[in-house]
Amino acid sequence: MALIEVKNLKIYFMTRRGPAKAVDNIGFSIEKNKTLGLIGESGCGKTTTAMSLMKFIKPPGQIVGGSIRFMGNDIVPMADEQIRQLRGKEISIVRQEAQNALNPVLTIGKQITEMILEHESVTKETALDRAKKQLNLVGISDQRIDSFPHEFSGGMKQRAMAAIATACNPKFLILDEPTTGLDVIVQRQILGMLRKLKTELNLTAVFISHDLSVVAETCDRVAVMYAGKIMEESDTVSLYQTPLHPYSKALIGAYPSLKGERRQLKSIPGVPPSLIDPPPGCRFTPRCELAQTICSRQEPVLKMIDGGRVACHMVK
Amino acid sequence: MAQYLGKLNKFKEFFQLLFGHPMGFVGVAIITLFLAMAFFAPYLGTVDPTASGDADNLLMPPSSQFWFGTDDLARDIWSQTIYGSRISLTIGFVAALITVFSGTFVGLIAGYYGKILDEVLMRIVDFFMMLPELPLMIVLAAVLGPSMWNIILVVSLVSWPTTARVVRSQVLSLKERPFVESSRCIGASNFQLMFSEILPNVVPLMFAQAVLMITEAIYAEAVLSFLGLGDPTSISWGMMLHSVFESGVISESYWWVVPPIVSIVTLIVSFSLLGTAVSDILEPGYREKKGF
Repeated sequence: MALIEVKNLKIYFMTRRGPAKAVDNIGFSIEKNKTLGLIGESGCGKTTTAMSLMKFIKPPGQIVGGSIRFMGNDIVPMADEQIRQLRGKEISIVRQEAQNALNPVLTIGKQITEMILEHESVTKETALDRAKKQLNLVGISDQRIDSFPHEFSGGMKQRAMAAIATACNPKFLILDEPTTGLDVIVQRQILGMLRKLKTELNLTAVFISHDLSVVAETCDRVAVMYAGKIMEESDTVSLYQTPLHPYSKALIGAYPSLKGERRQLKSIPGVPPSLIDPPPGCRFTPRCELAQTICSRQEPVLKMIDGGRVACHMVK
Repeated sequence: MAQYLGKLNKFKEFFQLLFGHPMGFVGVAIITLFLAMAFFAPYLGTVDPTASGDADNLLMPPSSQFWFGTDDLARDIWSQTIYGSRISLTIGFVAALITVFSGTFVGLIAGYYGKILDEVLMRIVDFFMMLPELPLMIVLAAVLGPSMWNIILVVSLVSWPTTARVVRSQVLSLKERPFVESSRCIGASNFQLMFSEILPNVVPLMFAQAVLMITEAIYAEAVLSFLGLGDPTSISWGMMLHSVFESGVISESYWWVVPPIVSIVTLIVSFSLLGTAVSDILEPGYREKKGF
């Protein structure tokens, strides 16, 4: 059974010039213990989608339609207090910019125990023990429990964030660009740590990134987003080896590969469209090499092809 | 057990840092001296400071019998100075405690919730800020009768709004920081965000305000007593100055004027020194600089 199931989700930002359709009618589901990657350019709705999974959309953003079923229960109509109790306990998040996401005046230990005490009725001693275990789990010595965030390096801060996020054994973890802003060696360590966390805690996760190689390494399935829509969704191997949608092809073509012959990297011409007034039909039409008349007339629907889904008129 | 030891160590560390800070050391030393004075007043070679002495001993300059001399009622000035510290310290601490806690609470709520609540609370703050201290004191003294508690009440009433303002503006900036949003993301309640995420960031400010309020309260007591609005039956430094002024011998009897003035100034300065030291130490980066 799918742990989380999103259907027809629409999130609009109510601007003065009209609603910006940041996420427009998307749907996906994630099976238990699997990781879904969400990739796409900046501003394509990745983070908005991820935040909506814990109903954390701040005004002027608004979930205007659709459903998000977490373990069978729709979280969209839930009251604030009800959803607050899910956050951290069942659904948790490791956000980007860990540098600023820790409270500068509280020790790491205090920040982890507080999280545990908020969600579970355990004694302070138990919480402290668990905090130490969490630190060990993410690869920080438990002797650092009384350290302050400014005594940690960037990678350690991101580890500490992961320790806080998983302190209450959540079932579902949102990873919102957890490696952004870290150098590649630390990125690799963090990814290894996250993989370890995932297997040890039986986590289901959604992984957001614009870094294709990171996604390839961590995810079971990948969804490619463009201008608030899912363009293609498939298992990782087939998406990287045989991308079907012209946008996925372009995205993967724009990325260097270590193996194979050396080739000129191709960039995608143009910029993503306005989300307030998106082009009619397929939103990728203005930048698409294969565009035909039908593309700007009719919006393509997601078609099932070889166990994946793709939204393109040109893919048969 | 381990965590209590940890707490104890932190406590020890704090005091090590404080004594290592030159201003902190001097401040703490002087304040401790005054506290000891207030505490052990009966054992410091004092006599009853309110009891009039022999008519032969009026306005005696300092001598081996009267260390600081006597006043116009032949009362011992050494004893008055010692006992006076009790009033000043009590008023200082109590008023500071009340103002800082109420001010922080109001500032935190107003800053965190914002909107209408903020608007309403800030207008109340404006109202109390505009209350004139002296006339209010005169009116209260007339209505309730002059007493130490009136001075505490008036000082608290007019100074909590400053703390509320300062804390509110800090909270306005703190609540937008990423760490607050991060905590909210992982399920922190409003209560938790306010009191365990934002409040610890305001603590240095609270300390600074507390020290400011203590000095302000001690000063206010002196001023109000000097103007004759204090409790005439109790002995305080302000009251001593009031008496010496009333007696008309202010120009001849330096021994009556100097002790209260020196005491007030020393105490206020030492609290300022302590305040500076504490806000230095509470800065998270300070511990490293000192190699902790």
